Amino acid sequence: MNALAAGSQGFLARFEGLRDRLPGDPALRAAAAAAFRANGLPGPRDEAWKYTSLRPLAEASFHEPLVPLADCAALLARLPAIEAPRAVFVDGRFRADLSAAPPGVVLDHFAASPDFPGLARPQRDSLVALNTMLAEDGAIVTVPAGVDGGTLMLASLATDTPGRAVAFHPRHVIRLGAGARLTLIEVSVGEGSYLHNPVTEILIAEDAVLTHVRLQDEAARSFHLATLYAEIAARGTYDSFSLTLGARMARSEVHARLAGPGAATHLNAAQLLSGVQHADFTTVVRHDAPGCASRQTVKNVLAGRSRGVFQGRIEVARIAQKTDGYQMNQALLLSPDAEIDCKPELEIFADDVKCSHGATVGELDPAQIFYLRSRGVPEAQARAMLVRAFLESALDAVSHVQARAALDHAVTLWWERQAA
Amino acid sequence: MGALLQIAGLTAGIDGREILTGIDLDVPAGEVHAVMGPNGSGKSTLSYVLAGREDYAVTGGSVRFGGADLLAMAPEERAAAGLFLAFQYPVELPGVGNANFLRTALNAIRRARGEPELDAVNFLKLARAETKRLSMPDDMLKRNVNVGFSGGEKKRNEVLQMALLRPRLAILDETDSGLDIDALKIVADGVNAQRGPEFAALVITHYQRLLDYIVPDRVHVLIGGRIVRSGGPELAHELEASGYAGLAEAA
Ligand SMILES: Nc1ncnc2c1ncn2[C@@H]1O[C@H](COP(=O)(O)OP(=O)(O)O)[C@@H](O)[C@H]1O
Ligand SMILES: [Mg+2]
Repeated sequence: MNALAAGSQGFLARFEGLRDRLPGDPALRAAAAAAFRANGLPGPRDEAWKYTSLRPLAEASFHEPLVPLADCAALLARLPAIEAPRAVFVDGRFRADLSAAPPGVVLDHFAASPDFPGLARPQRDSLVALNTMLAEDGAIVTVPAGVDGGTLMLASLATDTPGRAVAFHPRHVIRLGAGARLTLIEVSVGEGSYLHNPVTEILIAEDAVLTHVRLQDEAARSFHLATLYAEIAARGTYDSFSLTLGARMARSEVHARLAGPGAATHLNAAQLLSGVQHADFTTVVRHDAPGCASRQTVKNVLAGRSRGVFQGRIEVARIAQKTDGYQMNQALLLSPDAEIDCKPELEIFADDVKCSHGATVGELDPAQIFYLRSRGVPEAQARAMLVRAFLESALDAVSHVQARAALDHAVTLWWERQAA
Repeated sequence: MGALLQIAGLTAGIDGREILTGIDLDVPAGEVHAVMGPNGSGKSTLSYVLAGREDYAVTGGSVRFGGADLLAMAPEERAAAGLFLAFQYPVELPGVGNANFLRTALNAIRRARGEPELDAVNFLKLARAETKRLSMPDDMLKRNVNVGFSGGEKKRNEVLQMALLRPRLAILDETDSGLDIDALKIVADGVNAQRGPEFAALVITHYQRLLDYIVPDRVHVLIGGRIVRSGGPELAHELEASGYAGLAEAA
């Protein structure tokens, strides 16, 4: 048995032990387990996983989380200071005592109200099969039609149980009714060694707007493998920005489907990596209706021996005339040992479309560093300023003032960690 | 103590090619010296070596600044010690706001000197006063450093930095080139406003014109990487009339 196959055995055993107690449709669970048993963890033969190997995940072994009564004050203190209600999950389990909903927003959780809206594709995406097989809890957020739900923070805290790496597979569902609005600020932090494998399904009705800001600041020894599906109806908007700072191995996969005329999505991201970190941002945007727009600015800042991956696929269906697609991928290599892999893909079946993509890879400009130093700015600070400047055009896409400030702060702390 | 800047037998080059072939030059505090010379004679190289650009290799000689060994200092230490270079070609910093850049520079230097940092409000007050004196539009503080600036705006931005950082020695590398007469006067006023017993300047220029507005104490002629002649302000007029040809032969 190869390493990947061996790695999936532990998860399948866990499913056998848990299956009678899992919430929701048992047939769905069994089908997901069958798919996961058949396909295993994605491996090198899988085109979508060409640049990201899950061997380190397969070689680790994970346990179920203990009932989380752990004191998570230190982790709570690491959440950005944003004045908004929070939905808090500790080791994947909902903590009602730490959670509240914004006025007008209905906050439920998966363990109490299991919900499979059907966007996720466990038959095709193996990690989604794993999640569908083992999901125990998650946030179920509903913003009724016409309601402006304001801001909600969705926080995932992973506690450290020394010597006992845990795995959790949250299942989140976010639904916005027609004309509804919400800013969702999702923050993942943790300590120790663990696997966080969330699946999020997002349904955006006509004219609704979801702003989704993600800050992934997981523990240095953790795995963060997130898959997100969004379906956007006519004139709706899914506007997202992901900042990846943490985890030894991270993958954030996004499938956005522009399902109605005039829908729009922004899948912007920045990844700041160092040491031997590996982070993969993979997106598939499907234009299934005319007059939709998708925009992506993805920036990687890579230090040490880190490796960044960006795969961006845009699919334009035959009926999706007047599609406007834009994709920009820029990498800044701070070390000769860092590496970026980038794969843009366009698959266009309509004839009247505007799709562009571009990619650049570069280093910090010595002339710029010297200019700053000649003005008295110490070298480390000069480099930090120039990295920040590089990120600026990506971060500028975040218009929510407190979220933007939180991201800026996280970047500053990241930089201080590098300097230390 | 001797002159503020003392350069003795300085040789330097790049990629194994010697550009400065032996510079001897003293600039005492309180004086303004001009360096003139044809294109390619090594004027910018001298200014970069003094500011500490690392791609130039110093192969011999010494430079003392305020009594300290300048060549042993990092560029930021030289700035903190009071050396300032107005670049011939100011560098663009996309994504860095000019006000943030200026405040970061000023506070880095204040910190290095053990002075308290300026907060945003007090900094802006100071910066606005200086931009006004230099007839710069206020929005130059808001724009990204030198990005989309005209040639003249870039040069004025250099003078603005000098005015804020208050160096003991300013090296102006062809700050006059590409300026119309009004801009030239503004730049000259900016330099003249700094003049005093604690301030010295090394004004590198191609043209006599600037020296009508910043009248130098001494004029040096740099040809082939060394100073071939020095004199009073009248030397600049002589060069304007007869060019460098005769001097090149003498060199
Ligand atoms: N970075 C460099 N790389 C290679 N040659 C250089 C470099 N900088 C200057 N030089 C050469 O050194 C000589 C002097 O240049 P420079 O100092 O710019 O002269 P000036 O400022 O007097 O016009 C020129 O021949 C120029 O081509
Ligand atoms: Mg020059």
